[in-house]
Amino acid sequence: METYALPDAFGHYGPYGGRFVAETLIPALAELEHAYQEAQRDPEFRAELHNELRQFVGRPNPLCHAARVSRELGGAQIYLKREDLNHTGAHKINNAVGQALLARRMGKKRVIAETGAGQHGVATATVATRYGMECLVYMGEEDIQRQSSNVFRMRLLGAQVAAVSSGTRTLKDALNEALRDWVTNVESTFYVIGTAAGPHPYPVMVREFHRVIGDEARAQCLELTGRLPDCLIACVGGGSNAIGLFYPFIEDKAVRMIGVEAGGLGLGTGQHAAPLTTGRPGVLHGNRTYLMEDEDGQILPTHSISAGLDYPGVGPEHAYLKDIGRAEYVAATDAEALAAFHRLCRTEGIIPALESAHALAHAFHLAPTMRPDQTIIVNLSGRGDKDIHTVAALEGIHL
Amino acid sequence: MSRLAGLFVQLQDAGRAALIPFMTAGDPSLTATVPLMHALVAVGVDAIELGMPFSDPMADGPSIQRASERALARGVKLRMVLEWVREFRMTNSHTPIILMGYLNPVEAMGVTLFAEAAATAGVDGVILVDLTPEEGRGEAAVLRQQGVDPIFLLAPTSGPERVATVRGMGSGFVYYVSLRGITGAAQADWTEVLQRVQDLRRQLGLPVAIGFGIRDAATVARVAVGADAVVVGSALVDQLAECMTDQEAIAAATRFIEPLAQAVRTTERRGV
Ligand SMILES: Cc1ncc(COP(=O)(O)O)c(C=O)c1O
Repeated sequence: METYALPDAFGHYGPYGGRFVAETLIPALAELEHAYQEAQRDPEFRAELHNELRQFVGRPNPLCHAARVSRELGGAQIYLKREDLNHTGAHKINNAVGQALLARRMGKKRVIAETGAGQHGVATATVATRYGMECLVYMGEEDIQRQSSNVFRMRLLGAQVAAVSSGTRTLKDALNEALRDWVTNVESTFYVIGTAAGPHPYPVMVREFHRVIGDEARAQCLELTGRLPDCLIACVGGGSNAIGLFYPFIEDKAVRMIGVEAGGLGLGTGQHAAPLTTGRPGVLHGNRTYLMEDEDGQILPTHSISAGLDYPGVGPEHAYLKDIGRAEYVAATDAEALAAFHRLCRTEGIIPALESAHALAHAFHLAPTMRPDQTIIVNLSGRGDKDIHTVAALEGIHL
Repeated sequence: MSRLAGLFVQLQDAGRAALIPFMTAGDPSLTATVPLMHALVAVGVDAIELGMPFSDPMADGPSIQRASERALARGVKLRMVLEWVREFRMTNSHTPIILMGYLNPVEAMGVTLFAEAAATAGVDGVILVDLTPEEGRGEAAVLRQQGVDPIFLLAPTSGPERVATVRGMGSGFVYYVSLRGITGAAQADWTEVLQRVQDLRRQLGLPVAIGFGIRDAATVARVAVGADAVVVGSALVDQLAECMTDQEAIAAATRFIEPLAQAVRTTERRGV
């Protein structure tokens, strides 16, 4: 592959990405792009970000050999990139810190966010408090039910949580509502998007704030194993933890990259959230990308056991990486993710987020087909504390 | 001359602004849409914006969101919307029809197919809220080729470079979003809005319609002082939402629009 230099100046990744929003937001996106580019060039901003990631987030987090489960599987060595050890318990905080520092630099006093599982909402509420900004988080009514402990967490942190009752009452509708808020309050407000999707410059900005995952993992893998990994695996909701891990390896052609979408009840049932595996290109939430839509272009309801993957779209860079064949995308079902969840608990002493369990499920499937001297890095994007109620309920246990 | 251009020339002579109501196709029922369009014309509207329902109307407030959801639940599809326009055209050949919606359903049908079908049905203009002029060059050309005006939006936040972009791309008229916000949102500062519209008309060389936040006859009269067209959306959609029968919907629309149609006719265009 030649040097990878996407997106272009308009935020396009081949035919994907771009800026498909109401006119009112166009100047705000231009302002954001400008401020972001300036910040990226400013050593002071970079130093501040680096410092916050160390002091407050707890980076670098380890790359941890999952020795027992690797031995059990009898194939490749599985290494876990421990994003679950970050402050607030998921990778989401990397991006939230970055965008909030940018918001502060731009003089915005109010931040808003959308959230599905609540992890991005918690991360945004956290940094808003730390940097002294007002914070409002939009969350679908259905997700508020599923992730009540994260709702409480956000409120403890001083954020307001707004229930979204339109559409399917999940992440996509929370995103619509956040966009509506931003259109209305565009001058005072910074919209902290939680995944590598949305209108340009969000996908590239979110990727850059998360690439620390892959940068660290690359160095740690070289240090631990003496070579690059054979394969990277990450779950894909909107695609932020996956692009953060993948991006620094993009030109290392020998490194396989696999994104795992939510297969829900099975791809054949239609009850899933796997746009890359089953969808087709369209336009939603400000970018062109793969979508789950019906033949009339209406967005389909999605299903996943994990609220964080329950989204009918995906970041545009993944759409592009799929088309050029640089990354592969597969799906793991609810049941497979749940089995992987339990397996990691019992073998490694780590309770993974249900989102991350989708990546684990595929890794457990793939590892036995590989040699013991080969390496898989799985992005353990979050910890599973937020999911224990969901898992208990599925098993008929009332906590 | 296109129906839209003709309308604005005629109103220029009459010295008044156009009244353009917005209604969501397929709401409050599938059978109400065409009779409602005729009823709106009968009570004195000058053109009609017909909403193409979308599952994720990110620039719309609760009224139009819900109308969209209801229409989709009734099974409204883009082809049906076009069919309704065709049916309307069988007995009305003079009232411009503008379709308003989002890009994805149009893309799903195929932009060229859509443009052809829209032209054949008798559609005059198309507004795709999430298609900016930068991203929409191809779509705009396809529409224009079929004689359908691609209509773009400008907002209070749009700077000179945005205006220049739209000047090169839009036709028919330009839709000025009168406030920072979504459809159905609260008041704007109308003096400021009209000042801006005056500048825009000069810079663009196109008629300028004002919409968002216009809910009653008094506001219509205020805006009609300086606009080429006044768009009333959510307030009408709200009137229709509660109606149980098509007769009720037609009566409600007539009752609601009548004073607004009066307002544009009794307001002289003089600027700000
Ligand atoms: C722990 C965790 N992993 C993954 C995701 C999915 O998001 P993304 O695909 O942007 O990484 C989420 C989203 O909430 C999450 O909380």
